[in-house]
Amino acid sequence: MKIKSQISNKIPVSPSIDKVGVEERVARFQSRSIKNESKKQGLNMVLSMIDLTTLEGKDTEGKVKQMCYKAMHLHDHFEGIPQVAAVCVYPSMVAIAKNELRNSSVKVASVATGFPSGQTSLALKLKDTKFAVEQGADEIDMVISRGKFLTGEFAYVFDEIAAVKEACGKARLKVILETGELVTLDNVRKASDIAIYAGSDFIKTSTGKIQPAATMQVTYTMLMAIRDYYDETGIMIGMKAAGGISTAKLALHNLVMVKEILGTNWLSNEWFRFGASSLANDVLMQLVKIETGVYQSNDYFSID
Amino acid sequence: MITFQLINMKKELNDNWDYSSSLEAINHIQLKKKYNLFIDGKWIAPSKNTYFKTINPANEETLAEIASASKEDVDLAVKAARKAYTNVWSKMPASERAKYIYRIARLMQERAREFAVIESLESGKTIRESRDVDIPLACNHFFYYAGWADKLDYAFPNRKIESLGVAGQIIPWNFPLLMAAWKIAPALAAGNTVVLKPAETTSLTALKLAEIIEESGLPPGVVNIVTGFGETGAAIVNHPDINKIAFTGSTAVGKIIQKALVGTSKKVTLELGGKSANIIFEDAPIDQAVEGIVNGIFFNQGHVCCAGSRLYVQEGIAEKIIKKLKQRMESLYVGDPLDKNTDIGAINSKEQLQTIEKYLKIGLDEGAEMYQPKCTIPKKGFYCAPTLFLNVAQSSIIAQEEIFGPVLTIQTFRTVDEVVQKANNSPFGLAAGVWTDKGSRIFNLTSKLRAGVIWANCYNKFDPTSPFGGYKESGFGREGGLHGLSAYLKLS
Amino acid sequence: MSRIEVLKTYKIYIGGEFPRTESGRYYTPLDSKGKALANICLSSRKDVRNAVVAARKAFGPWSERSAFNRGQILYRIAEILEGRQAQFVDELMRQGSSKGAATNEVNLSIDRIVYYAGWCDKYNQVVSSVNPVSSSHFNFSSLEPMGVVGVVAEQSTSLIGLVSLILPAICGGNSTVVLASEKLPLCAVTFSEVVHSSDVPAGVINILTGYPEEMAVTLASHMDVNALITSNLETKLSNKLSLLSVDNLKRKFDYEVNWVEKDKQALHYISDLQEIKTTWHPIENVGGASSSY
Repeated sequence: MKIKSQISNKIPVSPSIDKVGVEERVARFQSRSIKNESKKQGLNMVLSMIDLTTLEGKDTEGKVKQMCYKAMHLHDHFEGIPQVAAVCVYPSMVAIAKNELRNSSVKVASVATGFPSGQTSLALKLKDTKFAVEQGADEIDMVISRGKFLTGEFAYVFDEIAAVKEACGKARLKVILETGELVTLDNVRKASDIAIYAGSDFIKTSTGKIQPAATMQVTYTMLMAIRDYYDETGIMIGMKAAGGISTAKLALHNLVMVKEILGTNWLSNEWFRFGASSLANDVLMQLVKIETGVYQSNDYFSID
Repeated sequence: MITFQLINMKKELNDNWDYSSSLEAINHIQLKKKYNLFIDGKWIAPSKNTYFKTINPANEETLAEIASASKEDVDLAVKAARKAYTNVWSKMPASERAKYIYRIARLMQERAREFAVIESLESGKTIRESRDVDIPLACNHFFYYAGWADKLDYAFPNRKIESLGVAGQIIPWNFPLLMAAWKIAPALAAGNTVVLKPAETTSLTALKLAEIIEESGLPPGVVNIVTGFGETGAAIVNHPDINKIAFTGSTAVGKIIQKALVGTSKKVTLELGGKSANIIFEDAPIDQAVEGIVNGIFFNQGHVCCAGSRLYVQEGIAEKIIKKLKQRMESLYVGDPLDKNTDIGAINSKEQLQTIEKYLKIGLDEGAEMYQPKCTIPKKGFYCAPTLFLNVAQSSIIAQEEIFGPVLTIQTFRTVDEVVQKANNSPFGLAAGVWTDKGSRIFNLTSKLRAGVIWANCYNKFDPTSPFGGYKESGFGREGGLHGLSAYLKLS
Repeated sequence: MSRIEVLKTYKIYIGGEFPRTESGRYYTPLDSKGKALANICLSSRKDVRNAVVAARKAFGPWSERSAFNRGQILYRIAEILEGRQAQFVDELMRQGSSKGAATNEVNLSIDRIVYYAGWCDKYNQVVSSVNPVSSSHFNFSSLEPMGVVGVVAEQSTSLIGLVSLILPAICGGNSTVVLASEKLPLCAVTFSEVVHSSDVPAGVINILTGYPEEMAVTLASHMDVNALITSNLETKLSNKLSLLSVDNLKRKFDYEVNWVEKDKQALHYISDLQEIKTTWHPIENVGGASSSY
C-alpha cells in the first residue's frame, strides 16, 4: 500500500517530444550487450515481473486454472526458477484465480472499466471495478477513454481515473493508455502525465488487443514521465509494458531502459511488469541454454 | 512517504544488476607484426629502415610496427602517383574508374567487422562507434563517390572540368578510416591519384585499406599510403609535383601548411578545429536535447572537430537541463573500447590526455565548477571521465580554446540576440546545434549562425551526400555531396 | 548419348512471384530461322491489373527507403546480371544476335545499371533548389517519385531497351509494370529472375509478356497508373495510348532513342518521372541582419 501525499488536481504541462531523437536514444539501449551473469540475473528478473495473461472471449474456468498452475510452476525441471508476479484475467474469473493461487505470492490482477474499449458509462465502469475488487483482485487494470483524450477532454480523462482509483480501495491501480490508438509520443507523454497525476499506481502501455503496443519508444516515453514525476515529488510510480514483447531479448532491453532511466530501485515486480503470454517460455529457453550451452526447442517447455 | 514492499525476489539481487563485460571477438582479425609503405601497388620497406610502434591506448600494448616514411619515400610515392595518373588513370573512361571505386566500397563492406575491431584497438574509440558509425559511413562514402565519377558534367554544368593530377592528403587520428574515405573517394572519382599519410597513432586501418585496394585490382600507384610523423607530412606538403593538398587536423598545423603553400600553384583545402555552440531554447524537446548534448560532446570521447563543446542553455530551463544532463551521465560507461557496453572509450594518446588534463586544471583555476559522474576508470591506458564545467563565462579560456576531449562548458543566455552573438563570438565556425520546437526560430538561427554545419534538433549527423566544412578558422572547402567534388577538380 | 537438357518454362513476374498468365494463353515467337523460341505467356488485362496492384503496394515502402539503400540494391542487380552474362548472351544469340553484338548488349546493360545505381542519392541534389523568395520564408523544391509507372519496352531489342527504361524509373523511387518486346521476350523473363535475386522488393518491378496492343491499352487506361513511358513505338498505337492516358492525366513520355548507343543514359530520364514539391516555412527575424536565404 502506498500513500501519495501530494496528488495535484491540475492537468500537468507535458514536454514536447522529438520522435527521431527518441529513436536514437532507444537504439543506444538496444545495442547494450547483456551476457553471462548479468543475462542470467536479468532473465530471472524478467520471469518474476511477468503478469501471465488470458483475456479472451472464450476463457473458461479450466483455462484459468491451468494458467494459474503454470504461474506457480514455470518449469519445475529446473531449480530456482521464480514464480511470476501476477495473473491477469477478466473480472468473472477473479475468484477462480484467487482460489488457485491462495498458497502463493502470485497476485491476481483484473481488467475492468469495460476492457478493452472502455466505451461505456462511468457508472458501469465503477461497478465493473468494484465487482472485481470484491471478488478479490489485488490489482485493477483500467482503460482510459481514448476518444475523450483525442478530442482534448483531458479533464474528463483525469476525473475518470481518479474515480476508478477511489473504487479500487486497497487494490493497486494500473492505467492502460492504449498507446497504439494514441499514435504520437506527445500523446503518450500527455496521457502518462494525466494518469500519474490523477492517482494511478502503475501506467500501462496497452490492452494487448491491437498493435503497435509496447514498443521501446513508447515505453521510453512513459518511463520518462515516471522519472520526471519522481524528481518532482519523490513518489514512485510503476510501469507495465504489455503487448508485443515476446522475446527474452526484447524484455532484457526493456530492463536496460528501466535501469538507465529510473535506476535499480525500480527493478522489482513491485514497480515493473511485463504483460505477456508467450514471453515466459522464450525466457525459460534462454535460461536453460545458459545452463546447458545448448539451443532449446519448444517441445520441452509446457505451454499452459 | 510510506512504501510497503511485497516482492518475489530479494531486493539486493536487483540493486546490483549491471552489465557483465561483453567483449567483441577479435580472434578473426589479421594484423601483421610489421607494416611497410604501400607505394606503386607494392609493399616496400622505408628507405631509412625506420619503424615505430603503434599501441592500443586502452592498455598501452603494442599492436604492430609501422614504417616511417622519409622525404625520399614520399618522393617515390609521388612519382608513382604521377606515373599512374599520366599513363593510366587520366586515360581511363570515367565509368570504368567508377567500377574500381565501387569494388573498394563493396570489399570494405565484406570486411567491415575486421575494420571496426582494428579501428577500436588502435584509436581507442568504442567498438559500438566503429561498428555502427565509422565503418558504415566510410564504406558508404566510397560507394557514394563512385557514382559521381562519370557524372561530373552534371555537378558543374557549363564549366570545363579537368582532374588536378596528384593529391597529397594528411588525415587525423580521430576518425582514421572515415577520414581516409573522405579524402580518397572524391579524389579518385574526380580522376586524381593520391598520396595519403594517416596520423601516426592510427595507421592500421589505412594500411588495411591498402590491402583492399590491392585486392580490388586498382592500378598500381593510383593510391599510395605513406605512414609516418610530422616530417612525412611536411615532405608531402612541400613536394613540388603535387597539385593539391588536403589536410584535416588542428588549426595550428593548418596555418603552417597554408603558409608553406604560398607562392606555389597547389590547391588546398583545410578542415580544422572547432568550438561549436550547442544552443537549447526553453521550448526544446528537453529529453532529446539532453541526449543531443551528450551525443555532441561525449561521442567519440569528444575527439570530434565539430563537437558541441560550448553549451548555451536558456536561463529558464538551465537548472532542469543540467540536472537531467547529470542524470544521463550516470549511465555512461567509461572503459575498454572493445567492450560492447562501453560508451566512452580511451583517449587516443598520452599526449592528448595530458592536453585535456591541462584544460581541466585551467578550468578549475579560472573558478569554474567541475562535475564528473562517479565511474570506474581502468588502471592502465588513457582515460578521461565525462566532464561538465558550470559557471563558465564567455571569456573563460576553457570556453574559447578547443580541448578535444569529453569536456563540456555550460553558459546560460536570455534572448536570441544574445546567444547568436555569443555563439558567433569565436574564431572558429565549424558547427552549431539549435534545439527548439519552433520551426521559424530554427530558420532564424540557422541563417544567422556563422558555422558551416548547423544541426537543428539533432547533433553529429553525417552523410556522404551532406557537405561538411567550416567558416573562419575552422577551415575552408567542403567534403561530402556534390560540393565535395570541386576541391579535386580544375573548373574553368 | 548426349545429356537431355531440362527446358525452361518462361513465366511472368508479378509481386515477387512467377505465375503463369491467368488466362492460360500462350504465343510462340520465332527465332531468326523461323523456328519456335519457346511458349511465352500471352498476358491478359487481368495480369496487367494484378501487376498494377502489386506495383501500387510496393510503391510506398520503395519510395520511403533511403536513396542510398536504393542505390545499393540497383548495384546488386548489376552484380547478379554480371554473373549471368553467359546465359543472357546465349538467349540474345538464340533471338538472332551475333555473339559480338550480344556481348556488347549485355555489357552495356550491366554498365547502364551501375550508372543509374550511382544516381539514386545524387539526382535530388542536382535538381532541387532553395528558392530565394521575397517574403521571410524558407522555401525549397525537391523531387518526389510519381508512383506506378507503366513501361512499354521497345520492340527491337530484348534486353537493353528494357533496362534503359526500368532503371531510371526505379532509381527515382517509382515502381513499374513492364511490357516486354513481343518478338524478343526471352531476356525480359530472365531479367525478372535477376531482379528477384537482387534484394529488389516484391512488386517494384513487374514484367509481363504478350501482345503490346492488348496489354498497353489496359495499362494506358488504368486509373491507378501515374505515368506511362514508351520507346520507339509505332505512331498509331502511341497516339491511341496517349488518348487513353488523358483520363487520369497520366504523364506520358515517348523516347525515340537508339538505346545501344553508350551515351543514351542521363539524368533527365530519372527526373522525367519525378514530381516537384515546393514547401514554405516562415523564418522569424530576430537579432541582427536579415536572413541569408
